[in-house]
Amino acid sequence: MSNPIKLTIIGGINKDGTKEAIDRVEVSPGDILGIVGPTGSGKSTLIDDIEQLAQGDTPTGRRILINDEEPDTKMRVDPRLKLIAQLSQNMHFLADMTVSEFLQMHARSRGKDPELMHKVIELANTLTGEPIHEDDPLTVLSGGQSRSLMTADIAVISDSPIVLIDEIENAGIKKQEALELLAGEGKIVVVVTHDPVLALMASRRIVIKNGGMNDIITTSTEEKNVGDRVSEVDNWMMDLREIIRRGEVVEGVV
Amino acid sequence: MKLVVVAGTPGSGKTSVLLHTIQALKRRGNKPAVVKVDCLWTDDDKRFARLEVPIRVGLARDMCPDHFTIYNTEPMLQWAEEEGANVLLNETAGLCLRCAPYPDSCLAVCVIDVTTGPNTPLKVGPLLTTADIVVMTKGDIVSQAEREVFRERVLEVNPECMVVEANGLSGKGAIELAELIEEGIEADVEDMTLRYNPPLAICTLCSGEKRVERKYHMGVLRHLDGFMEYKGE
Repeated sequence: MSNPIKLTIIGGINKDGTKEAIDRVEVSPGDILGIVGPTGSGKSTLIDDIEQLAQGDTPTGRRILINDEEPDTKMRVDPRLKLIAQLSQNMHFLADMTVSEFLQMHARSRGKDPELMHKVIELANTLTGEPIHEDDPLTVLSGGQSRSLMTADIAVISDSPIVLIDEIENAGIKKQEALELLAGEGKIVVVVTHDPVLALMASRRIVIKNGGMNDIITTSTEEKNVGDRVSEVDNWMMDLREIIRRGEVVEGVV
Repeated sequence: MKLVVVAGTPGSGKTSVLLHTIQALKRRGNKPAVVKVDCLWTDDDKRFARLEVPIRVGLARDMCPDHFTIYNTEPMLQWAEEEGANVLLNETAGLCLRCAPYPDSCLAVCVIDVTTGPNTPLKVGPLLTTADIVVMTKGDIVSQAEREVFRERVLEVNPECMVVEANGLSGKGAIELAELIEEGIEADVEDMTLRYNPPLAICTLCSGEKRVERKYHMGVLRHLDGFMEYKGE
């Protein structure tokens, strides 16, 4: 894990070309920042701006600073220097390779030890129901397996100080555990979500409207309490889901 | 005049990436002109025309599309000059993986679709290996890890190239590409040669001609406007 860093988002323009209401957002190590807003409002665009370390050269005109400075161009393109790991909404594998070949090659592209692939698979199998094997072709993995594998890959191979997550709730994996795993110690996590459990795990959330950062809400103590209750309900739902999955009946557990 | 030759397999997103790049170039005060070359049919000129830039279409028909592009490079540049352009974007038919229609004094751009899988860069040949810029498209459909593996494969076969991740739908990468075009060298048709040897066969290029000027070409040749002639003994 690299040294802790500070991430700053400098506002640009919204879809109408007018200035964003939020001008500057600073995120420190250990922070979880949520991004919320209606579908199509521009949440993924903000994630993309951070991923690209935009310097006023994307359609939003936003700028991303690392430790209060404009990052070096090399950081934007070379995966070996990348500060950012991203778990995107789209999680299909199209590569015609086995799980182990792919992970070894990814480790090499990030300048890491290819043998880390064993650790990735082991960790992925703690997040998903059906186990993943080294010799499985990537393209036959289920949605849940792919997501688990990518989550574990981010935790082990793309171990970066900034982690971007786009809508993990649709993943069919243990989302809270995945978020805690990715957050790790001292990482900055930016998560796009509609899920109250995840949104309230964040210390702040940016509200996106019409392509712009419209507001920023700090999670209050009262909201944290709501979050705890929602978590309980969510865990209960997960338990029920597991019971159904095992082919058992839920009579008497309510 | 700068010449940008855009190649890449069909469906890789050449036109979509170019449409965004043209807008970025215009916003930055450039005057781009476009020549779209295809084999048999295209309606991409209508998409380009909406951006209010000078556009010409060339259909290679029964001539080799790469040879057609190369044979018409000189009149294309002349036309762009007459239109008052400072950048000529030449979108090739992008079919043949045997040769690559990149002259030396141009900015050679290869557009490649990430969803074709990380083994594709190994198969594409000179179209990719002699390019200055490799534009990776459709990266939003795969994971960051798969994009990084793909990029690694591109750099294995072309270690000197600049890799740009672009998205033809959102316009991601267009500004970066526009900046790289502005930094590109000026086209000089007089001493222009191709970067790669065309295959041996029966046309002037096929028999090893690499000079671009029209006077060096023989055989059955098709002009940009469709006029065909035979030149030779």
